[in-house]
Amino acid sequence: MKHIENVSRRSFLKKLGISSTALVLGVQLPAMLTIPKALAGVNATDTFSPSVYVQIGADNIVSIVVHRSEMGQGIRTSIPMIVADELGADWQQIAVVQGLGDKKYGSQNTDGSRSVRRFYQPLREAGAMARMMLQQAAANQWQVDVSETSAINNTIVHEKSGRTLSFGSLVSAASTLALPEQSALILKAKKDFNFIGKSDVALVDGEKIVTGTATYGFDVELADMQYAVIARPPVLGSKVKSFDAEAAKAIVGVIDVVQLPDLEEPAVFKPLGGVAVIAKNTWAAIKGREALAMQWHESEHKNYNTEQYKQALAKSCDNPAKVLRSKGDTVKALADAKKVIKASYYVPELIHVPMEPPAATAHYHDGTFDIWACSQTPQSAQATVAQITGVAPEKVNINVTLLGGGFGRKSKPDFVVEAAILSKQLNVPIKVLWTREDEIQNGYYHAVSYQKLAAGIDENGNVSAWQHHVAEPPIGSTFSKGADLITSEANLGLIDMPFDIAHVSCAVGKAPAHTRIGWMRSVTNINHAFAIGSFADELAQAKGLDSKDNLLALIGADRKIDFSTEQAEYGNYGETLEKFPVDTARMKVVIEKASAMAKWGRKLPKGHGLGIAMHRSFVSYVACVVEVSENSNGKIKVHDVWMAVDCGLAVNPERIRSQMEGAAIFALSYTFYSELTAKNGVIEQNNFDGYQIARLSDAPTTHVEIIDSDAPPGGVGEPGVPPIAPAICNAIFNATGKRYRELPLKKYGIV
Amino acid sequence: MITLNINGKEHEFNDDGNMPLLWALRDVLKYTGTKYGCGKGLCGACTVHVDGQAIRSCVTPVLAIAKQKITTVEGLSEAGDHPVQQAWQDLNVPQCGYCQPGQMMSAAALLKRNAKPNDEDIELAMSGNICRCGTYQRIKQAIHLAADLATEVKGS
Repeated sequence: MKHIENVSRRSFLKKLGISSTALVLGVQLPAMLTIPKALAGVNATDTFSPSVYVQIGADNIVSIVVHRSEMGQGIRTSIPMIVADELGADWQQIAVVQGLGDKKYGSQNTDGSRSVRRFYQPLREAGAMARMMLQQAAANQWQVDVSETSAINNTIVHEKSGRTLSFGSLVSAASTLALPEQSALILKAKKDFNFIGKSDVALVDGEKIVTGTATYGFDVELADMQYAVIARPPVLGSKVKSFDAEAAKAIVGVIDVVQLPDLEEPAVFKPLGGVAVIAKNTWAAIKGREALAMQWHESEHKNYNTEQYKQALAKSCDNPAKVLRSKGDTVKALADAKKVIKASYYVPELIHVPMEPPAATAHYHDGTFDIWACSQTPQSAQATVAQITGVAPEKVNINVTLLGGGFGRKSKPDFVVEAAILSKQLNVPIKVLWTREDEIQNGYYHAVSYQKLAAGIDENGNVSAWQHHVAEPPIGSTFSKGADLITSEANLGLIDMPFDIAHVSCAVGKAPAHTRIGWMRSVTNINHAFAIGSFADELAQAKGLDSKDNLLALIGADRKIDFSTEQAEYGNYGETLEKFPVDTARMKVVIEKASAMAKWGRKLPKGHGLGIAMHRSFVSYVACVVEVSENSNGKIKVHDVWMAVDCGLAVNPERIRSQMEGAAIFALSYTFYSELTAKNGVIEQNNFDGYQIARLSDAPTTHVEIIDSDAPPGGVGEPGVPPIAPAICNAIFNATGKRYRELPLKKYGIV
Repeated sequence: MITLNINGKEHEFNDDGNMPLLWALRDVLKYTGTKYGCGKGLCGACTVHVDGQAIRSCVTPVLAIAKQKITTVEGLSEAGDHPVQQAWQDLNVPQCGYCQPGQMMSAAALLKRNAKPNDEDIELAMSGNICRCGTYQRIKQAIHLAADLATEVKGS
């Protein structure tokens, strides 16, 4: 959001999706979208809406719009904390309203760890603007100077006289005032915060979640709604050859069978095609799909086989197509080195597996779509539905439900489009549900990667050269058929390698894609941090140094790195280096903190080892130390994880800690268990038996410390993930002397 | 016709008796607190109680449990104050929250048969429930807390 505008109540309601249309149709709105009291039954003079994010009612209820999607990161709690703090609101008098997909809010694409990073300032300004206008209205009434007033607990107070006025009583007067200029806004000092930085704020949706009354995408119920399950191509791009609609319709409860348009690559966010079975419940739809006896044409991707593909990636690393960072003369420095260390790393193709697979409910009526979906990106859902169905975007209302996990999967709205197409064609409300098999076999995958690293150590024992070659299919292939070189992915931990080395070369090899490649929590930071964090530790061994001392030595002196001086175009997560520098001092602080938490250097029990890694991503810094042990059967257990995070100013420390705890488990899953393999273009895993995820018995105790900082808020949802895998492998090396360079570790029989 | 007793209330079920209880609860009877996660009894998101025992409703046909008492998360307590529900909120356990009804049903069944479970008991009872957000550590803490809360209630 670049500026704050006043909006009428009517358009406010419309954009919230609380239109009268929904009520007339007898639509049962999901509980979380229930009209807050402040928005119901009051006329325009009884509300005060100084910005798109805040509305205050005559009944003293403050409605705060959360325009970002809640998927477990706590944003439906954190955004209200920011607005309420600046406003001086009473936490008990706020109503949290989920914003409809609408560009007036600024980006709603809830990925890239940027909800707080990008909206902290605009949300504070929205709160401050409302507060200052209420203060002015009160000051006018009391005939006092506005500077003598303050806002606390939904009340404007005149300290000298002890007079008070509730926000609600000032609504009419405040509505007549001019909006203050952005430059005139007075924001609170950090010491005056009531909510920001506090750890005692309960989750906004906590009670609904524990009573089973929260509404996720899977839970949306509309009157006369029908259920759809879709048979999608087993190989990307396969077209439908034949199917037995009559057999499916013979299943009790099946209503209809509908063939969807075949996919033409690039896939973008288009539906994959296939055949939908429409039924009066999910079970009948699933049984109907089984009866379809689908036959598919062959696809050009039928030769995708994991083992051969892996060999091809390894070969591609030897013959990189493009150098993305170059400093000094790495080839010469390697030739001149006293010792050259080489290692290769492999991370397989991965998938998100949010506990709730994708689901969307669409109702097409009177030329309008009303859609409810567990979407991370309502605006691109709106745009894609509009584009594919030919309905104008302003007639596509995307209501965002709670998301049962997202991790990047739900920022691709293909599933929303499926529901829209079917509802428009059948003229009934349709809920499309993806089964777990669908989610695993028809995903947007995390790219498989092969990486080859080489380092030269000179006669003084210093690392003089660093060469990093990567081959991984690009996300770009999903948007441009045939793209075979990564682009922005190189910004995620590859070209921003922070070590102070005289000669550096980072290059990428070609890797054609055979599945839809997408982004998954922390994206290619997963691959790059695993390789770099592990290889750095291999250098410690080569140099005979302690792992932590080596890491600090590699990072070198305090400095702010500008990679453009090394012929690298570094994106810095869309931020300027002035606001969010690549600051080695902050890296060292988190390393020291995590080490202190873990008591690095202490004597360990037999069979135990500590490992360390640090990674900057999404402009935040995370270091972690992991303690593992090997038992007499050679099995590894992770006991404790100590994480130190510097994410700038900590808005919601309690949710920052929970994100770090979750990141440790997310990374533990792919470090030990998760792997997709393809055979003849088909993903071989299809549920949690084949695609394994960490369970409670695997869970270490994770200890989190947040570095106190006044720097602008950085990302939180993703940065905890990347350093975990290398720290685990480094710990295993320190415990056992064995170095593992390929994930998942289950292939080595150690779990 | 099959009569299902859910959270103390009788429901007539006229659909396919082979339908897994999960879909009968969610799609037919509109108890949507019980979640789909895998359909194969692998993740525990669909856990409910049948005569007090935790079962996976996604692999349990309706026919198999007719006449038995089914409890879903909506019926765990009347006021949302079962010790497990309290402990889950006290410790801010949920992240996305989707798996938590299943987690809580497994935890409540554990506490029913073992009022003071140790970490090993918890690992054994809870390892059939996946949480992709990774709230395991808080789930473990919350079960201990719920055990304490239940003891306090009984003691007072």
